[in-house]
Amino acid sequence: MVSFRALLFKELRAFFGSPLVYFVGAVFLVLSGYYFYTDLSAFITFGFGESILEHLWQRLYKDVVRLVITVVPLVTMRVYAEEKALGTIELLYTAPLRDSEILAAKFVACMAVFVVIIGTTVTYPVMLYAIQPFDVSQLLSIYLGLFLLVAMLVSIGVFLSSLTETQLIAAMFTYGVILLLWNLSWNEAAIPTDWLGAVSQLCAFDHFEPFARGVIDLKDIMYFVCTTLLMWHLTMLSMEARQWRGRR
Amino acid sequence: MIKAEHLTKDYGLNRAVDDVSFQIGKGEIVGLLGPNGSGKSTIMRMLTGFFTPTEGTCSIAGRDIRTDSLAARTHVGYLPERVALYPDMSVRGYLSFVARVREVDGRVASYVDDALQRCGLTDVHRKRIGKLSRGYRQRVGIAQAIVHRPDVLILDEPTVGLDPRQIVEIRSLIRHLAGGVTILLSTHILPEVSLLCRRVLILDRGKLIAEDTAEGLAAKTAGRGEVTLELEAPEDVAVLAILACKGVRGAEVDGRVDGRLRITVRTDPATDAKPELVRAAVEKGWPVHEVSPKLLTLEDLFVEILADSGSELPSAEERG
Repeated sequence: MVSFRALLFKELRAFFGSPLVYFVGAVFLVLSGYYFYTDLSAFITFGFGESILEHLWQRLYKDVVRLVITVVPLVTMRVYAEEKALGTIELLYTAPLRDSEILAAKFVACMAVFVVIIGTTVTYPVMLYAIQPFDVSQLLSIYLGLFLLVAMLVSIGVFLSSLTETQLIAAMFTYGVILLLWNLSWNEAAIPTDWLGAVSQLCAFDHFEPFARGVIDLKDIMYFVCTTLLMWHLTMLSMEARQWRGRR
Repeated sequence: MIKAEHLTKDYGLNRAVDDVSFQIGKGEIVGLLGPNGSGKSTIMRMLTGFFTPTEGTCSIAGRDIRTDSLAARTHVGYLPERVALYPDMSVRGYLSFVARVREVDGRVASYVDDALQRCGLTDVHRKRIGKLSRGYRQRVGIAQAIVHRPDVLILDEPTVGLDPRQIVEIRSLIRHLAGGVTILLSTHILPEVSLLCRRVLILDRGKLIAEDTAEGLAAKTAGRGEVTLELEAPEDVAVLAILACKGVRGAEVDGRVDGRLRITVRTDPATDAKPELVRAAVEKGWPVHEVSPKLLTLEDLFVEILADSGSELPSAEERG
């Protein structure tokens, strides 16, 4: 446990001690603030008196998710790729740490970054609530969906980072995979009818949508949890691959 | 303290280490000697828990690295061939992290201070590792291996890539670490094992082909009665004069270097022919520039060992 704690703090220091997270966070804040402004303007102009969930929060948080998709590869790209490039992964593999503890420390540190970044978006509903109180229960559903979605996206990024020594390759690969997963069923006309159900089940957007509508469905929770667990398992396999590959 | 029994490691179809067994007692300094690709690093990585052996077992301080891996790893300090450092961390910050990750809790500051002092890093403890010279980075690498006060130190090519002055410094540092700590170090530099180790394990193509004391190895590497002689003399007369010396069995002219004649003289292994050769040259009035026993290269040593054991010599392709 001492080793795990030490590694977790090291990972947190690596994130919060580097300018990258602050640049990423600043750009995220500026853009999400812009989306909040434009979505609120549209709501006031066209949807006032209508459902605030449908006409403001759903739009805003789908925009936020688009930002998150852009940011995840920038945060996850370094977690393994950098250690491999520096050779420091050998230090971790020979320390009294299980592979699962190394993975857990890296995953938790990434999640901490996103909790902070996405946490800043809470200021928007708080500001609005101060002016005009509204029902906040639906927002909790959105934040639960966001948390599960980010956990899944981070686990994908961490896994892909474990496959390479080059951070840029890890980032591009992650961006490609999560964008595909998000957009998988957007053009239904291009998907054969027989496959539509299966593709929809794989599409991350289709599973986030209910959370954005304020509906918490076990099926959607299981989708995010199972995909995250699958990615953890694949990362563990990638770490164990050193046994037969003969290198890091 | 270190026990390896029938260690074997396969990477797919390639056998990197083949049935290697050895034991190292407490406080011993043992060298793993072998050319690149002979399996030194793989053996070290199995001992440190980085790799699991395909077959066989190894234990550190009585803890099996396969079944009790985490406990075994706490007894080991490891310097990989490529020193693993975080360039953005300060020296102290890095050593504190390694101490904690190696389960030193509560006494981190004193352990780090001790490692800094032993490795001569006190003056640079606040500096970022990325700003340090290669020699200092190697010192930090050794400091991270000893910071948790392990019973066993495993050093993979600790002087590789350093300049001569840094090599001397690092060797001196390793000698100071000895005493109470069991050290296994790998190298492909022959004199290094004689300078640092009491015992030598010699590997070739994944197999342990010989085990010797440092003195035994030094005797082997001193060559079997060969002396290099460099002098200013006419070729024919010089060879005849050398052949007439007591204890000389043969002489072969290697060529001329800056006008000086360079000759390899084969002598009786039981006789030191060097004084006789010098006397003969001085009598003839030939200035002598060099008289030295011919040292074997690592390749020569392998040929000797394999010839002694009656094994077949590997082809150039096999040796890579």
